[in-house]
Amino acid sequence: MHELSIVANLFDILEEKALEKKAKKITSVKLQVGTLSGVVPELLVSAFDIYKKDTIANVAELQTEKVPLKVQCQRCKKEMIKDDYVFICDHCGSTDLKTISGTELLLETIEMEVD
Amino acid sequence: MEKKEVRVLKDLLGTNKKIAEDIRNILSQRGVLTVNLLSSPGAGKTTLLEYLSDRLRPDYKMAVIEGDIETERDAERIRAKGIPAWQIITNGACHLEAKMIGRLFSQLPQELDFLFIENVGNLVCPASFDLGESLRFVLLSTPEGDDKPKKYPKAFTTSQGLIITKTDLVPPVPFDISRATKEAKEVNPNLKIFVTSAVKESGLEEVVNFLLVSLNELRSKHA
Repeated sequence: MHELSIVANLFDILEEKALEKKAKKITSVKLQVGTLSGVVPELLVSAFDIYKKDTIANVAELQTEKVPLKVQCQRCKKEMIKDDYVFICDHCGSTDLKTISGTELLLETIEMEVD
Repeated sequence: MEKKEVRVLKDLLGTNKKIAEDIRNILSQRGVLTVNLLSSPGAGKTTLLEYLSDRLRPDYKMAVIEGDIETERDAERIRAKGIPAWQIITNGACHLEAKMIGRLFSQLPQELDFLFIENVGNLVCPASFDLGESLRFVLLSTPEGDDKPKKYPKAFTTSQGLIITKTDLVPPVPFDISRATKEAKEVNPNLKIFVTSAVKESGLEEVVNFLLVSLNELRSKHA
């Protein structure tokens, strides 16, 4: 359940951004969660809902967009999605694959109410 | 009152990564090889460290940071070998974070070859947190089953070495070493695999050699 410590870090950023933009309220938060980020989106949402009480984001909704694991073969240069985490090229069998996306855990956007 | 959408694109693990990067830089420049050990509880991390303590102590200086939810037991086992050890008690947290390592920094001996960090026993959460290590090992004990690499891919994709432990239990434990090796190589083709038994003291010299080679590489890179 390391999602709680990640959410605690998220709130540090939210509070900093809210202050910077002089927001009255945060209404929505969107994350990009890679399938190989090591976190479970549903658990992030649960942790967020516990954490948000008594904060500027108390009515905010956390949206998570799953980002599939995408790799590029360094031999045949083809790109592919790897749902099975098998790092072998579907086309030429090479194991020299470069990860393009799918490991990220990003705060994408914050929706806020401002005067 | 108007609604405004602010685009941030900030890494939620960015703070941890930054601290980890600082730790890695400082320790690498000092010529210290830092090794993060990940596994389920009871896979044999502390037993491996006890072996390495006996093996490395005559010629090298090592220190150990132990992470556990409760108790000083693991640190006591390492100290009994004459090796300096610090226990981080996480009070319930399921993983170590770079800032916890940073807090111990000033206490580390100036002269050091190896710093081992034994993470909290857990094959899931510790995988997401860089501690500033130069090498990450994942341990998999035979009673856990040979199907773990694909069930817990993050721990295996982020490691440089896999140490299969307790192979003296096969059989009766039905663990197919070739299946585990094959699966692990599929999720991480670059993974170096060690097949070991602490009871029979087999396969452990290969781990020691890998550590020594890695230490030399680190030092020639930062010389």
